[in-house]
Amino acid sequence: MSAASGTSRGQPQRGWSRYVLLGSVLLVTAIVIGAPILAVFIQALSQGLAIALESLAHPDTRAAIWLSVVVAIVVVPVNTLFGIAAAWSIAKFRFPGRKLLLAIVELPFSVSPIVAGISYLFVYGGQGLFGPFLEAHDLKIMFALPGIILATTFVTAPFVARELLPLMQLQGNSDEEVAATLGAHGWQTFFRVTLPNIRWGLLYGVVLCNARVLGEFGAVSIVSGNIRGETNTLPLHVEMLYHDYNAAGAFAAAAVLTLVALVTLLVKTLLERVSSHA
Amino acid sequence: MTSLDVSVGEVGAGARQRSRKIYGRGQGRVVPGFRLSLGVTLLYAALIICLPLATLIVVGARLGPAEYWAVVSSPRALASYRVTLGAAALATLFNTIYGFALAWVLVRHEFPGRRVLDAVVDLPFALPTAVAGIALTALFARNGWFGEPLSLIGIKVAYTQLGIALAMAFTSLPFIVRTLQPVMEELDGEIEEAARTLGAGNVTIFFRVVLPILVPALLAGVSLAFARCLGEFGAVIFIAGNQPYQTEITALLAFIRIEEYEYSAAAAIATVMLGTAFVLLVVTNALQAYARRHELTP
Repeated sequence: MSAASGTSRGQPQRGWSRYVLLGSVLLVTAIVIGAPILAVFIQALSQGLAIALESLAHPDTRAAIWLSVVVAIVVVPVNTLFGIAAAWSIAKFRFPGRKLLLAIVELPFSVSPIVAGISYLFVYGGQGLFGPFLEAHDLKIMFALPGIILATTFVTAPFVARELLPLMQLQGNSDEEVAATLGAHGWQTFFRVTLPNIRWGLLYGVVLCNARVLGEFGAVSIVSGNIRGETNTLPLHVEMLYHDYNAAGAFAAAAVLTLVALVTLLVKTLLERVSSHA
Repeated sequence: MTSLDVSVGEVGAGARQRSRKIYGRGQGRVVPGFRLSLGVTLLYAALIICLPLATLIVVGARLGPAEYWAVVSSPRALASYRVTLGAAALATLFNTIYGFALAWVLVRHEFPGRRVLDAVVDLPFALPTAVAGIALTALFARNGWFGEPLSLIGIKVAYTQLGIALAMAFTSLPFIVRTLQPVMEELDGEIEEAARTLGAGNVTIFFRVVLPILVPALLAGVSLAFARCLGEFGAVIFIAGNQPYQTEITALLAFIRIEEYEYSAAAAIATVMLGTAFVLLVVTNALQAYARRHELTP
């Protein structure tokens, strides 16, 4: 912490310019980020708590919440395992094509969710690559749960890997090498040596991935088919209520998602505190 | 790796043999799990990431050059590129200034609530884009908290290009801040102090000493944020108004083509978006590689 304190930076922080900068940053943040959060809760409660809760208890909303939870239950573990494997192979080893692999792993960040959704449609849709095969075997992937899961997996693929990679690179290989020379086998090394080193970063990656999975909108809106009460995830349900001019209902559902986001950030802050004291 | 080989060699040929047997043909690799982790990563990357994108490119290519060109250069498509690029440029410009100031304040200033502000920067990452979209629309619509006073001075935000830029700025802010922050943290003030003792003033120090060091990271963050703006959908469509030729972004046009079952047109537009994303990714990686080669600490 000493390196981060103001005086050791050698920057004479004198006078008004410092406060003007700080003040304007805080003001813009309040307008751009703070106000939208506040607006979600105020709009959700605009017709009273009872109405908000009632709209959350509506069967279609409950179905949307449940669908989003199911998607998260599948996608988060899959992307966690992928994130660990990707970070492990890219951070711990040198091999030809390593940089290309890293770029591919981070690709979903740069690709529009809409492009992701459309691409999946061309693989698993009726006229797509596997369309005839899927139809012949009576398997429905697009406009159903599997399609939603696949598209969400794509969009949220890099989140865990991105948190782990810098951590693993920073820690290097020496701990694992010691463990291996002392006779530990692979999984022992991972669970007893590596995992304790990366656990906080891993946890934040998982929590952030979870928030993104629950909130994914663009890709899912292409592949879901938007069947009310069946293939509507919570963000799609928010859109539907909003376009039905049911603002209170839309913002009540949005408030649930906002709470998830706020808890995610709270976990992050706590994890940073824990790991800086560790 | 070289020191590692030596240490294994000292333990003896037997141990090396054993490690080979346990960890496979790892060319003397001591850290386990190379084949398993790389195998899982490659399989996943191939099936989940590469296969769909490759399929999209094939579908787009099947259109043939003439028809492809007709779709991607139709007046409505061109208008959507103009709307998207214009709003993304405006959003990125705003975030370059605001994101720079935000990162600077987080790294250089001590104030109560700094940790909260630091956490808040990640909010656009964690908040669903659709939620951001309806919240910003509620705030900036003509009867909203900010929309009402702004409309009195003649500024319309919701359902204009300005609104699109605002939604894009919201979702892409963390990319610039999080790319700058670590580099700013390494900048520990010694160089600035040296410049000051040599007689440089604050403005000179900022533009001639501090900024040149931060430029590669800043540009990398900017191109990441710009790419994100170009692809944004959820936050934008609520606030955009979505009028063809005026407030219709490219992602929405692709979406509409899918809704109309115009699959090949959708594929063509999507490949334009994918190609742009590729170019920006290459630019970002080149900038990051440049930044690494010119690291501050020797």
